[in-house]
Amino acid sequence: MDISKETLFDLHHRMVRIRIFEEEAGKLMESAKIPGALHLYVGEEAVAAGVMCNLSDQDQITSTHRGHGHLVAKGGDFKKMYAELYGRSTGYCGGKGGSMHISDMDLGMLGANGIVAGGPPIAMGAAFANKYKGNGNVAVAFFGDGASNEGAFHEAANMAATWKLPLVLCCENNGYGEFTPQANHQAIKDVADRAVGYGMPGVVCDGMDAVAVYEAAHEAVARARRGEGPTLLECKTYRFFDHVGIRGIGLSYRSDDEVMEWKKRDAIQAIEKRMIEVGVATAEELAAVHDRVKIEAAEAIAFGEASPWPDESTLLKDVYNND
Amino acid sequence: MAEMRYREALREALREELIRDDRVFLMGEDIGAYGGSYAVTTGLLEEFGPERVRDTPIAESGIIGAGIGAAMGGMRPMVELMTINFSFLALDQIVNSAAKLYYMSHGQINVPMVVRMASGGGSQLAATHSHSLEGMYAHFPGLKVVCPSNPADAKGLLKRAFRDENTVIFIEHTSLYGIKGEVPDDPDFIIEFGKANVVREGTDVTLIGYSGSVWQASRAATMLEEQEGISAEVIDLRTLSPLDIETVIRSVKKTNRAVIVEDDWKFGGFGGELSAQIMERAFDWLDAPVARVSGKDVPLPYNRNLEFAALPSEEDVVEAVLAML
Repeated sequence: MDISKETLFDLHHRMVRIRIFEEEAGKLMESAKIPGALHLYVGEEAVAAGVMCNLSDQDQITSTHRGHGHLVAKGGDFKKMYAELYGRSTGYCGGKGGSMHISDMDLGMLGANGIVAGGPPIAMGAAFANKYKGNGNVAVAFFGDGASNEGAFHEAANMAATWKLPLVLCCENNGYGEFTPQANHQAIKDVADRAVGYGMPGVVCDGMDAVAVYEAAHEAVARARRGEGPTLLECKTYRFFDHVGIRGIGLSYRSDDEVMEWKKRDAIQAIEKRMIEVGVATAEELAAVHDRVKIEAAEAIAFGEASPWPDESTLLKDVYNND
Repeated sequence: MAEMRYREALREALREELIRDDRVFLMGEDIGAYGGSYAVTTGLLEEFGPERVRDTPIAESGIIGAGIGAAMGGMRPMVELMTINFSFLALDQIVNSAAKLYYMSHGQINVPMVVRMASGGGSQLAATHSHSLEGMYAHFPGLKVVCPSNPADAKGLLKRAFRDENTVIFIEHTSLYGIKGEVPDDPDFIIEFGKANVVREGTDVTLIGYSGSVWQASRAATMLEEQEGISAEVIDLRTLSPLDIETVIRSVKKTNRAVIVEDDWKFGGFGGELSAQIMERAFDWLDAPVARVSGKDVPLPYNRNLEFAALPSEEDVVEAVLAML
């Protein structure tokens, strides 16, 4: 597949937005400016960017507890995202949802989900509605290697295959289910092997290579749009930081050497090297992308920090939609 | 008006809603070719086809998730979990997503889904197949909980459920599917949520029930009148969430006594909530502590005699009333 210059820039821009959003969010968490627990996406950017480059705003995704990257890659508004992390009224969810429950229905982002494997059944339902309506849209469920052991994932995969739904099950295999290495939580190495059991294709791709993810997702999404059913797309990737927060090394459950090996394969550095080598970009142009996104982030953080808290009178609002 | 059984009234409601709104579809375990475990959906597959009346794998979490996702995609799903007992396997989807998404998303995400399930013991199906979880579902903010006691309510409340923007947990009692009653033919017939039904007027004591227990309360009222000359008012709550506490309080202020009848376990059950609300709002009108006639706090046994002893009966209700007079 020929990758256009525009697509390379698009992949790069989405990844840089994720990286900078997350690094800045991590700093805010570490300095106790924002509350709660942030599960950061740094290291895994190629997956969200590579998949999302194949989707329109009408295509839906379900996300995970590590969900900022998915919304950013789908075009999420930094201001509303940081404001949500701050818990302010201007956030995507009025500050009521927080990091693990951000959604943007206008972008087809059906929600981050604080429950491991909470998303795949919902994405499957969205895919069902797409097929029922014949609207040509595709749903993508993001989940991790840990979630692939949950019953809810299995139920969703089985139903999607049985009914040939326009769904992509995108496994972000970062090698750890929270703090437990994959070898201790499942006997297989490739989650994609499970696809055979559902009667759908299982595809493994390099989740540190945005172009590889883009190409693999392109085929999976096209297959779903053609009405041929779901694909289990596994992207091998790595979480540079801890399960929560920004600490990456000196952790009890993984070696620093392992982290360093994966960091050599940093997806942003890799695509920049490629873009320069094939002559579609200069180092200066790429640096300018980082600079622009840093400004975008700084402005959005300032917006979030300056935004008002929700009024206490709204506490009981929106428990029910009273038509 | 036509006389029909509870299950037929439910079927009529589903038929009419499938005709009225093409966003409505039905999905569940054996609801299509088999016609539903309690024969509610018999004939609907033939009439509406497999796209709109869809058999599913036995996968409760997947079924509820499919309903949620489809509702988010603009559909009006009715999902049926064969019985309420199996809903434990779908609790994450029901509680963490269906109930919370509207609030968590700041009103961005609607989950207008009807979840039908059969509830109650009394059929010697033993502990895993005899739950009464109406009160448990009413505990979760964001869900509406509906539990009709008769054919007309079954139709009117189910049709109302399809017009709601929220997830409605629609609970049918297994002992009621065969009962007959008059049901309005009008396709626009609906019963609003949060409107309790005064089934029988009385002056000496208020008996409060929902779903199957309305019948124990009603039979007890007849026994009290015939045998003891006691006038009991019977209230059918119809919906636990929203709860029509006003009708209950009005009645208690008139009769000065209240007995709550429910199949559910007593400890931590809905009867305790209702009792507390009566105490908070009508303490000065009470001539006796609120009484609860509930299921015994045990996993429901299989044996006929022990199961019978574990569930509330009309005799238990009569006894509770006599003890407070």
